[in-house]
Amino acid sequence: MEKRTQFPVSWLPYALVAPQLAITIVFFIWPAAQALWQSLLVQDAFATHTEFVWFENFKVLFADETYIESFRVTAVFSSLVAFFGLSISLILAACCDHVLRGAKAYQTLIIWPYAVAPAIAAVIWSFMFNPTVGILAHGMKLLGYDWNHLLNSGQAMSLVVVSALFKLIPYDFLFFLAGLQSIPKSLIEAAAIDGAGPIKRFATIAFPLLSPTSFFLLVVNLVYAFFDTFAIIDAATAGGPSRSTTILVYKVFHDGFKGLDLGGSAAQSVVLMAIVITLTVVQFRFIERKVQY
Amino acid sequence: MIENRPWLTFFCHALLIISVIVIAFPLYIAFVASTHTAERMFELPLPLLPGREMLHNYATVLTEGVAGASTAPVGRMMLNSLVMALTITFGKIAISILSAFAIVYFRFPLKNFFFWMIFITLMLPVEVRILPTYEVVSDLHMLDTYAGLTIPLIASATATFLFRQFFLTIPDELMEAARIDGASALRFFWDVVLPLSKTNIAALCVILFIYGWNQYLWPLLVTTQEDMYTVVIGIKRMIPGGDASVDWNLVMATAMLALAPPALVVLLMQRWFVKGLVETEK
Amino acid sequence: MKIKKLCLALAVACTFATAGAQAAPIEIQWWHSMTGVLNDRVNDIANGFNASQKDYKVVPVYKGGYTESMTAAIAAVRSGKGPDILQVFEVGTATMMAGKKVIKPVYEVMAEAHEKFDPKSYMPAVTSYYSDTQGRMLSMPFNSSTPVFYYNKDAFKKAGLDPNQPPKTWDEVEADALKLKASGAACSFTTAWQSWVQLENMSAWHNQEFATKQNGFGGLDTKLTFNTEVLVRHIAKLSSWVKSGLFTYAGRTTQPEAKFYGGDCAMLTTSSAAYANIKKNAKFQFGISQLPYYPDVKGAPQNSIIGGASLWVMGGKKPAEYKGVAKFFTYMSSPKVQAEWHQKTGYVPITKAAYELTKKEGFYEANPGTDVAIQQLLLKNPTKDSKGIRLGNFVQIRGIIDEELEAVWAQKKGPKQALDDAVERGNVELRKFERANKGGR
Repeated sequence: MEKRTQFPVSWLPYALVAPQLAITIVFFIWPAAQALWQSLLVQDAFATHTEFVWFENFKVLFADETYIESFRVTAVFSSLVAFFGLSISLILAACCDHVLRGAKAYQTLIIWPYAVAPAIAAVIWSFMFNPTVGILAHGMKLLGYDWNHLLNSGQAMSLVVVSALFKLIPYDFLFFLAGLQSIPKSLIEAAAIDGAGPIKRFATIAFPLLSPTSFFLLVVNLVYAFFDTFAIIDAATAGGPSRSTTILVYKVFHDGFKGLDLGGSAAQSVVLMAIVITLTVVQFRFIERKVQY
Repeated sequence: MIENRPWLTFFCHALLIISVIVIAFPLYIAFVASTHTAERMFELPLPLLPGREMLHNYATVLTEGVAGASTAPVGRMMLNSLVMALTITFGKIAISILSAFAIVYFRFPLKNFFFWMIFITLMLPVEVRILPTYEVVSDLHMLDTYAGLTIPLIASATATFLFRQFFLTIPDELMEAARIDGASALRFFWDVVLPLSKTNIAALCVILFIYGWNQYLWPLLVTTQEDMYTVVIGIKRMIPGGDASVDWNLVMATAMLALAPPALVVLLMQRWFVKGLVETEK
Repeated sequence: MKIKKLCLALAVACTFATAGAQAAPIEIQWWHSMTGVLNDRVNDIANGFNASQKDYKVVPVYKGGYTESMTAAIAAVRSGKGPDILQVFEVGTATMMAGKKVIKPVYEVMAEAHEKFDPKSYMPAVTSYYSDTQGRMLSMPFNSSTPVFYYNKDAFKKAGLDPNQPPKTWDEVEADALKLKASGAACSFTTAWQSWVQLENMSAWHNQEFATKQNGFGGLDTKLTFNTEVLVRHIAKLSSWVKSGLFTYAGRTTQPEAKFYGGDCAMLTTSSAAYANIKKNAKFQFGISQLPYYPDVKGAPQNSIIGGASLWVMGGKKPAEYKGVAKFFTYMSSPKVQAEWHQKTGYVPITKAAYELTKKEGFYEANPGTDVAIQQLLLKNPTKDSKGIRLGNFVQIRGIIDEELEAVWAQKKGPKQALDDAVERGNVELRKFERANKGGR
C-alpha cells in the first residue's frame, strides 16, 4: 500500500530512518553475519587459532545426540505450552463471555500475570515447588507424593510448563475474548431460536469463527515457547535434571556463553535463525491472507 | 434474548473463580513468604498466613539487598529497571514512529530495502545471536552501561509496523491540505500525525514498559557490576550457586517488588494495555 | 582561528595528562568474581598492597561470576584489551593455557621481575593444580578449598552415636546412616558439588587415575578413565542409598547445604569454604572430619584436591606492569596476608608459613575443624593422579557427569553404565577442545 501523494525526495527521510537503521545494522545484522561466519570456523576461546572448516560444526552438531535430544525437549515443551495455553484460555474466555455479571472483574484478575516477568514467575513457582521449603511440594508429600524436580525430569518439565503458562494464558485469553466478543450477537440469537444449546452454539458457531485467531495464537505461542522462555528455564531448572528441560535456546546460551564452544554455538544460532525465519514467514503469510479476505 | 441456563452460568462462575484463585495463589504465597524471617521458611508447618517481618524485610532488601548474595540494594536495581524500561519504551516509540513516517509519507530510493532491513529484525531475536552481539557491545565499551543495556533493544519492527499500519489509515486529504498550506513534512508530523497517534502511543507505552521491565537474557549478558543489575536478573542472582544460603523471605520480597510496577501498569491502564496487546500483534 | 586555538588547548591538555600519568603509579587491573564479604577482603588486599608502596596501584574490579568474568575477559582479549590479572575458576584452567600468548605464566613473571620466589614454600596440593608437568607455577592460587565431611552432632546423639566419633570409612557412614534413619532422621546423607566431591575428589583420595596423560596435565590428547572399579563401586553404594532413603539428592551445587543446616540431613560432604555459612545457619552442634574412604583400596586415603580459582596474568602487557604484578603476588603470598585471608574466608592458605602462623595464633583451637581441609591436602605428597585435573571443556564435562549421576540417582541407569557413558560423552568434549586448540601451545 502506498499513499497517493507523498512529500518530495530530500535528505529528510534518510535522516528519519537513520537511527533505526543504524541500530539494526550494528546490533542485528552485523552480529547475525558474524554468527553465520563463525559457524564455519573452528576457534579456541581467545581466537588465537582459527580455521575455516565449511560445515564441520553443523555435522558435529547434528551428530551430537544431546542436540537432537534438545530438539525433542523443545518440541515436547512447546507443544505442552501451546496446547494447555490455548485450551485453558479458550475455556476461560468462553466462560467469561458467557457470564454477564463480573466479566470485567474476571478479566482483570486473569490478565494481571501477563505483567510478571517470566523469570520472576519461574522463581515464585520453583519456590512453591522447592522440595525443602515449598508449600506445594510439602502438600504433595503429605498426600504421599514425593516431589523433587531436581531429580525427576517429568516434574521438572511440569514446573517449567506451569511457569510458562502463567504469562501465556492471559495473553491467549485476551485474544479469544476479543474474538468471541466480535461475533455478531444476531448469529448466536438465530441459532438459539433454532434450538441450539449454548455448548452446541459454541461448537458450531464460535469455534469455527475463532479458528483464525487460534491459528495466529498457535504461532505466537510456539514463538514464545521457543524463544521467550529462556528466562524460565534458566531461573527454574537451568536445563536439568539430565538435560530434560534443555530447550534449544538454553543450549545455545549454555554452550556458547558458559562452555565457550564458539563454533558450535554459532552453528546452533544459525539453526535457530532458520526456525525463527520459518515461523515469521508462516505468521506473515497468514496475516496477509487475513487482511485480504 | 438468549435463554437462561442457570447451571451453565453457575459452572462458569465456579470455573472462573477457581482460576482466579489459582492464578492469585502464587502471589499470595510469595507475599506470605516475604513477611516472615528466613529461619521460619525452614520450619514446619510452612507459613500460610502473613507474619510480622514485612516492613523489616522490605526495608532490608530495598536499602541493603540480600546479604551474602551478589546483589546491590533492590532500590538501586529497581532504579536500573526503571531507567531501562523507560528508555526502551520511549526510544522504541521515537525511532519507530520516525521511520514509519518516512516510509509512509516519502517516496525515496532504497525505501523498500530499508523497510526489509527493519523487517529482518523480527527474525533475529537476541537469543539467536547471543555471542556476536555481546562482542559488539563489548567492543563498543558498552558493557555495564545504560546505553549497552538499552540501545540494542530499541530497534523494533513491530512498533514500526504498527505505526505504518496506522498512518496508512490517516486520510490523505489531511496531508494534501497541509501541503497546500505550505507546511513542511516535519510540521505536518508534529501538528497532525503525532496528535492523531496519541492513543497508539499510549497503548504501545504500556506494552513496551512491561517488555522493557521484564527483559532477562540481555541484561544477564551485558551487566556484570552489581550496581547495574536490573531487578529481574538480580533476583536470579539471589539464588546463588556460591557458598551462601538462600534467604527466601528476602527473595520473595524482591519478587513482589519486581512484579509490582508492571502489574500496576496493567491494572491501572487496562484499557491501553488490552488495546496495545491486541494491536501490536496484528 | 578558533579551531587553531582549540587544537592548541587540546595539545596542552594532552601533554599535561600524559605528564600526570607518568607521575602516577602504574595501574594494574584485576578482574575478579568475589562478592559480599569476599569482595571486601579482595579490596583489603589490594588496598594493603597499594599502601605498602608507591609505584603500582592494583585496581580490583568485580566482573560478575566466574563464567561471566571469563567471557568478558575473552571478549576483551579478542578485541585487544584485557585486564592484567584475571581470576579464573579451576575448570577454566585448560582454556586459559591453550591460547597462545594469551597468558603469561606466573613463574616467568616472577623470574623476569627478579622477585624472590620459592615454589617450595607453597602448599604442594594447592599449587600442583595450577602447575605444568615440570612443576612450574602457571597461575597464582587464590581462593582454594577442598571437600570435607560435616555431621550433625545433635542428630548423632539422638541416634545413639558418639558425636565425637565421625565415620571414617564409607561403610561406617552407611552404618551410621542406618542408625540415623532409625532414629527418625528425614535424610541421613547428602552431598553438594557431586562431580567435584564424589568423582574428582574420590578419585584422587583413592589415588585413582581420572584421565590419561596425568589427568590431562600432559597434553590435550587426554582421555577420561574415571569409570574405575572404585568409583563404580562408590556410585553404586550411593545409588543404593538413594533407594533405601539414606541419601537425598538435592542439587548440583550448594543447594544440598541447606538440607544440612536446615536439620534435614545429618551428614554432608561439601566444600570446606561452606564453613562460615553452615556455622551461621545451623542451630545445632556440628563437627567436621576428613572425607570417608574405602580402606581396602591401596594407598587410600591419599590427598584431596582443591577447587576454587586462581589468578592468571594476561599476556601482551608492558614489562613495568609485570613487575608490579610480581610485587603484588609476593605481597599476596606473605604469611600475614595469607593467614588473614584463610581465617576470615575459610579458604585454605597457599603457603605453609601461613598455616603455621594460623596455628601459632591459636585459631584452630578456637575454631575446631577448620584445619581438616589443610590436613587433607597435606596428608601425602600429591601423585600424578592426585595433583589435580586439567581438562578442556571441563564445564561441559562436569555438566555431563552431573546429568549421568542424576540418571543414576533417579534409578534410570546403572552406575557402571552411567560412568561409562559419562566417559564416552566426556571424551567427545575433549576431542572437540583438542580440535579447536590444536594450533595452540
